[in-house]
Amino acid sequence: MNTQTTRRQFLLGSGAIAIGFTLAGPAKAASAASHDRDGLVRVTAAGAPADTTQSWLVLTDKEITVYSGKVELGTGVQTALTQMVVEELRLGVADVGWVQGDTLLSVSQGVTAGSKTVQNGGIQLQQAAATAYQELLHRAAAYFKVAPEQLAAENGRFYLNGRPSGRSVTYKKLLKSGVTVRPVDQTVPLVAAEDYVVVGTSVPRVDLPAKANATFRFLHDVKVPGMLHGRVVRPSGRNATQPVIGGLDRAKAIAGFVDVVQRDRFIGVVATSEWAASAAASSRTGITVSWTSGAKLIPQADLPTAVRDPANHYTSVVEIDDDVAPILAGADKVLSSQYFSPFHMHAGMGASSAVADVRRTPDPETGVQATIWSGTQDVNALAGAIAPLLGLPRSAVRVIYVEATGCYGHNGADDCAADAAVLSQAVGKPVRVQWTRQDEHGWEPLGGAQAHDMQGAVGPDGIIAWSHLNYAATANSRPVAGVPGTLLAGALMGLLPAPLPSTSVDTSGRNAPVTYGFPQRVEARLLKSFETTGPASAVAASPLTYRIPRTTALRSLGGFSNSFANESFFDELAHAGGHDPLELRIASLTDPRAVAVCEALRPMWRGRPAGGDGTGAGVAFQQYEVVNAYAAAYVEVRVDPATGKVTVTRVVVAHDCGLIINPDGLRNQIEGNVVQGIGRALKEQVSYTDDRITSVTWQTNASNPGYEVMRFSDVPAIETILINHTDKPPLGAGEPAIGTIGGAIGNAIFAATGKRIRTLPFTPDRVKAALAE
Amino acid sequence: MPFRTILLNGKEVTAEYQAIGSGASESSEILLYWLREQFGQHGPRFGCGLAQCGACTVLVDDVPTRSCVVQLHTVEDLAEVRTLDGLSHDEKDPHPLQREFVELQAGQCGFCINGMIMGSLGWIEGRIAGGDRSVPSEDEVKAFLSGAAPGNTRNYICRCGTHTRIVAAIRSAAEEMAR
Ligand code: FES
Ligand code: FES
Repeated sequence: MNTQTTRRQFLLGSGAIAIGFTLAGPAKAASAASHDRDGLVRVTAAGAPADTTQSWLVLTDKEITVYSGKVELGTGVQTALTQMVVEELRLGVADVGWVQGDTLLSVSQGVTAGSKTVQNGGIQLQQAAATAYQELLHRAAAYFKVAPEQLAAENGRFYLNGRPSGRSVTYKKLLKSGVTVRPVDQTVPLVAAEDYVVVGTSVPRVDLPAKANATFRFLHDVKVPGMLHGRVVRPSGRNATQPVIGGLDRAKAIAGFVDVVQRDRFIGVVATSEWAASAAASSRTGITVSWTSGAKLIPQADLPTAVRDPANHYTSVVEIDDDVAPILAGADKVLSSQYFSPFHMHAGMGASSAVADVRRTPDPETGVQATIWSGTQDVNALAGAIAPLLGLPRSAVRVIYVEATGCYGHNGADDCAADAAVLSQAVGKPVRVQWTRQDEHGWEPLGGAQAHDMQGAVGPDGIIAWSHLNYAATANSRPVAGVPGTLLAGALMGLLPAPLPSTSVDTSGRNAPVTYGFPQRVEARLLKSFETTGPASAVAASPLTYRIPRTTALRSLGGFSNSFANESFFDELAHAGGHDPLELRIASLTDPRAVAVCEALRPMWRGRPAGGDGTGAGVAFQQYEVVNAYAAAYVEVRVDPATGKVTVTRVVVAHDCGLIINPDGLRNQIEGNVVQGIGRALKEQVSYTDDRITSVTWQTNASNPGYEVMRFSDVPAIETILINHTDKPPLGAGEPAIGTIGGAIGNAIFAATGKRIRTLPFTPDRVKAALAE
Repeated sequence: MPFRTILLNGKEVTAEYQAIGSGASESSEILLYWLREQFGQHGPRFGCGLAQCGACTVLVDDVPTRSCVVQLHTVEDLAEVRTLDGLSHDEKDPHPLQREFVELQAGQCGFCINGMIMGSLGWIEGRIAGGDRSVPSEDEVKAFLSGAAPGNTRNYICRCGTHTRIVAAIRSAAEEMAR
């Protein structure tokens, strides 16, 4: 059950990382790809044309370069994916170059999200590496004039008839000449799990040394020749219109001021230095903008009622329709409860930034007219949405991913990139845009508020029927190719966003279904984010008028709120039926792997505080997306009766994500999930009025509420129990654990106080009010 | 344009800075931007511009300082400014804080690392200079980083949730620094 943590040297020169964003790097790599030089093995996408510039993997005698369509979002996937590649190449410990998320060079692997990077992207890269290995094996066999079966490879060298005494040849030598371009072959064999030497070990993160000594280059460090600095000035409220710009003379007097750019409701300033741009954009020292306020948003205080109001829904989706009505009608013990969670922010540590270089004419060689450096999760979708925003063909836009702040989903990265593109096109120079914290908190697309009507029946043998009605703001703001209104700049320029999604399955409905064995009915009613063309229409009416803030994918999407409601309500039913909450979960689960993560918590659960005296423990379980990784959490809390403050004092997570690629990296991810989960359960909520987001800073001050996140003093001891299955495929681990945290804390508060609190966050005021009831 | 001369990581450097207004209404270029644009510093980063996160932390005369809110006209001539860029570039011979952050894998996106290292560097050096060579307890480190310690009310944010590792890394580095 436990995995060893051996550390290996696994170095990646920072020069190799730099290929991802220096100007020289990609151009060099691109030409290496297009005029395939002698001495190279290149693996391309299945079915790709022979002259494609996009690769999976390029091996030369100098270097091995992975071209990953999946990008490093700060979660350590570069290290994990590299481990998988190195394993297939039988390289042992190696330096491997890494180029990620470049629409010109890397094969598209879609969006980097949803804990699918290792699970899907890793498998694709593994297959590409195995394809390259077959070519090397083939070359080695020709070199020795033997059958491939007589060769074995280790640490970048083929050995004839067993090693180490026999003859051998290095990959380097085999790569000195000959050009092979091979599409990835799905049929080549992969290394057997029992032969892994790199996968399954705690290889240290390849990026951390450079991050710790300031030689790592984040997106916000990207600098291109002649680059100017931009700031945006947003509307006063979501639906505010008719901006009138004043103070132009003041802005013009600032040394380095270049221009004010206005496109309908989109406003930005450009200057030669960052400070000049910020001074010109500030209403204190630069331009002033007055706005006419527009239609009102549904105010925050009305949300629990408004999200349940049919007038605000455009569709409903019945995801599971077991016939539970007769069981509920005939049962002795039936419970109904209503749950709610507010809007949440990604709130990355760094405010979004981007650089765009939009030229007047396309580059004669590549046809590229706009180059954009972004921390986007999906370079291809972003390029596809920005092209029509700029009036350019898709082929004229190149998006290059550069690692930015940790994003936890679709944050402001794409919108900021569009801002930079619009400003760069307007002034005809490269422009770097840095959002302020207030831009980020005030305008980033949010994780949606959700409400849940739960109903269930319990008998002496357990839960016998279950119904979950989920009211959800949808995830509808990702960039969509061909739809520039999906970008904030596009929407502000009067373009319409994409229609609202027709389904909630695995998005805002993620983990709304449970994986317990009893019958269930699961339905979602989906909220109109904006006015649409009719009561049941998902199509935005013109002009765009928001009803609620714009919403999108935030770590686990609906999974956080759905699991909070499910796992709290499970607890309610267990107590009502006189069942032990953990044992009832174990008895209700049929999948042995699900049972195993819950059973792993038994020792803690059996030794838990008695409860009722202000301390207590709770458990929760979830199988991510119903079919992926398994996570169960045990949480202890202390509740201060005087203030209502909840302190989480201990968390234990049992986790099964199949084959573990990197145990320490996995632990780091689980710990991050736990900390963010506690923050979302205890502190985080977006505050807003019927006009605008008001929680635009981290800390509460005289003028606005803060978006309070976890402080060091809030963080408990976190233990992880990793269950490894070397015979099972690796499953993503970026999100599974977070869903268990809200429910486990709520259940622990119930154990500590006897009070069931069904609305997040569990703030001192809310808890105090519950204690007084 | 006015000039400012500082000691940046021990080296005397001078550059112009922008300013508007004068006297009480003077506002001038922000130290963070100036360090990044004029002297190519990459350690201090823009996180909030509000002195609320720590991403921009540098040491000014040994005191952890939020460079995102410091205006150049308020910086003393010949002030000593230390940045993460000046700590150690040698991956084989890092500062104890740098080494422990890597050793304990105390980072996910790493955007907060600058603030964590520079803030705790100033704090631990300050303790040692004051004669306190004890290794700070876990609670003391947490209190410092939460802005709830004597002499520090500034909170340090890590949004990725790397907190437990960061605390452990700072403690083991402090052990070596106090030796
Ligand atoms: S950027 Fe200075 S404290 Fe946040
Ligand atoms: S590691 Fe991402 S903010 Fe700390």
